[in-house]
Amino acid sequence: MSATIHGAATALSTFNSVDSKKLISPCRTNLPARSKRCIVAGSDASKRSGSRLRVGHSQKLIPNAVATKADTSVTTGTGHELLLFEALQEGLEEEMDRDPHVCVMGEDVGHYGGSYKVTKGLADKFGDLRVLDTPICENAFTGMGIGAAMTGLRPVIEGMNMGFLLLAFNQISNNCGMLHYTSGGQFTIPVVIRGPGGVGRQLGAEHSQRLESYFQSIPGIQMVACSTPYNAKGLMKAAIRSENPVILFEHVLLYNLKESIPDEEYICNLEEAEMVRPGEHITILTYSRMRYHVMQAAKTLVNKGYDPEVIDIRSLKPFDLYTIGNSVKKTHRVLIVEECMRTGGIGASLTAAINENFNDYLDAPVMCLSSQDVPTPYAGTLEEWTVVQPAQIVTAVEQLCQ
Amino acid sequence: MALSRLSLRSNSFLKPLAATALPTSIRRHVSTDTTPITIETAVPFTSHLCEAPSRSVETSSEEILAFFRDMARMRRMEIAADSLYKAKLIRGFCHLYDGQEALAVGMEAAITRKDAIITSYRDHCTFLGRGGELVDAFSELMGRKRGCSNGKGGSMHFYKKDASFYGGHGIVGAQIPLGCGLAFAQKYSKEENVTFTLYGDGAANQGQLFEALNIAALWDLPAILVCENNHYGMGTATWRSAKSPAYFKRGDYVPGLKVDGMDALAVKQACKFAKEHALKNGPIILEMDTYRYHGHSMSDPGSTYRTRDEISGVRQVRDPIERVRKLLLSHDIATEKELKDMEKEVRKEVDDAVAQAKESPVPEPSELFTNMYVKDCGVESFGADRKELKVTLP
Repeated sequence: MSATIHGAATALSTFNSVDSKKLISPCRTNLPARSKRCIVAGSDASKRSGSRLRVGHSQKLIPNAVATKADTSVTTGTGHELLLFEALQEGLEEEMDRDPHVCVMGEDVGHYGGSYKVTKGLADKFGDLRVLDTPICENAFTGMGIGAAMTGLRPVIEGMNMGFLLLAFNQISNNCGMLHYTSGGQFTIPVVIRGPGGVGRQLGAEHSQRLESYFQSIPGIQMVACSTPYNAKGLMKAAIRSENPVILFEHVLLYNLKESIPDEEYICNLEEAEMVRPGEHITILTYSRMRYHVMQAAKTLVNKGYDPEVIDIRSLKPFDLYTIGNSVKKTHRVLIVEECMRTGGIGASLTAAINENFNDYLDAPVMCLSSQDVPTPYAGTLEEWTVVQPAQIVTAVEQLCQ
Repeated sequence: MALSRLSLRSNSFLKPLAATALPTSIRRHVSTDTTPITIETAVPFTSHLCEAPSRSVETSSEEILAFFRDMARMRRMEIAADSLYKAKLIRGFCHLYDGQEALAVGMEAAITRKDAIITSYRDHCTFLGRGGELVDAFSELMGRKRGCSNGKGGSMHFYKKDASFYGGHGIVGAQIPLGCGLAFAQKYSKEENVTFTLYGDGAANQGQLFEALNIAALWDLPAILVCENNHYGMGTATWRSAKSPAYFKRGDYVPGLKVDGMDALAVKQACKFAKEHALKNGPIILEMDTYRYHGHSMSDPGSTYRTRDEISGVRQVRDPIERVRKLLLSHDIATEKELKDMEKEVRKEVDDAVAQAKESPVPEPSELFTNMYVKDCGVESFGADRKELKVTLP
């Protein structure tokens, strides 16, 4: 397949199998053989320095990448439009209807409706025993959820902000992750721990944390990050149905994304990455909110003549090295764009994994764009600088594709 | 080898205890009488926000004999574990329960196998009390495949799901929220069962205890929190670590009961009372006044923070097995010789189990990656080097 240099279609196909009522196995698509690498002549031949802080003078910094509307091709005819938090609510409600063992616990999830309205209306429908308002004691209620899961209940534990779950780290690490192993398989912990994280709108340092980097080493858990209403609902349902403990990372700024999702029931695969935009020149790996920054940058890149392949990795633990590997084999260049901190973040692990496994296929070193290693400042301009912006992504791609 | 009161021995029959009339060559059946005997506990209960149960405990000769046998077995198991540790067959941490056996047997006598128990790392005897086999215990301690957690847990991680024994937890106090979660699940499923969450005097100062207690009291969970007060949190005595050493009162709005934890019958009475209370009124705290003869763990001699006189003093005056022995002898339920024979049998049982466990195989290398995930959605588990250590789970 020869790559087109001009005007590649920016179809954002949501690539998830829609197997209703059935958990799907990972898709093993047959990708074409390694295509001939074409030389892209960038329109701007000037060298840019590697600093991520440098912004192209001609480009206006767009801080509000979330406003980008994703073009989704809905696979079935009918569908309904909703916001991401409503999609999560729908997924949760459907699972609670389906299985009486599912319960929700968290702060203000019941009568208040949830601080981000994900659990709105559920307390009225299911009662206080299934949608539990806990006092403010993350350690205790996370532990309680895990204890309840040991007997067969399926609690969905909400951290009002992911950062608060640091107080429950012991329970998540030692009990949630390890009990299945240390008990020799006697106990399963089918718990879902979810909550919003990430850098929001000037929320301050303590409320803008990215906990996926701290949790990623815990053996025994699975981590997923949702980014669209479609995969939010799908991942929520899959996480609840999974027998393993799953941590579902949502993002504070993505709750109001609007998309049309299918009417019939569907589930997303927990371990599979999503191909957002197929391409030829470079693989851009991203997740959660950075997906939108990347897609924004992709528009610019396409106009400049590049053909990026954008993959939303979705599964943060374990990585879907199958999809990622096939992409690397095709494009030979990788750029990781993440919101985690540079040190010890998801990108760091992913870089290591790609280097170890696909070193032979790489034409350039793996580049990783992450947030700065600083506590997120309050001031708006400074906060913009801590996170990766689309312009930086464009610069990085240009540099990699030289 | 069930340790329940419904033992392997023959069904009850009333045989006159005329031991002296029978020739010694015929081994007399020790009494399997289940007619109730009432025994007064030596120490009264102290209560907080509730009425203490009566000091008269309903029991039977069969039950007291079962206490003796079970406690003797537990004691021997711990002593055997001591020597195995010194022989370097058990590694890592080994926290022994000898001295505290009355708690495990007394609790078992008051509850069913549907009631859940969760405890800390000092779990060997509790595991045995829940019906665990000696061989499984020793195999787990020595890291063999036969062990109750397939050798992957170790001393601090004994579990027995079919007997509702939820372990076996290494982090001090972390089992308390788990225990309240178990109670929550019992309430959710509307079972008439309770959860006994055991913790020590050291863990009583953990914040998560109070967090969990608040939720349990708020939601009326059938949780019974049992503080095994053996007076030392590793090397720190209670008077040095707690401003208020009245652990049963620490619940404030939650009722509490202080119990002599070296008296199996008192423990039984308290647990029975607590179960009734928890099913009706929500959580209750039981403080068991007990003592451990060994140090905190095998690497602690146990004599740097307390005197040997203290340890031997407690052993002489309050030892749980001696107490039951005196009871059996004074009530003419068994003779001195019978009890000694029973102890010899138990010793042999334990020795056999140790020998069997020593022979059993270690886990295969492929076991490293089993039980990481429940393989329901196609999850695969890899080693750090995906090329070489990749294992496809069954």
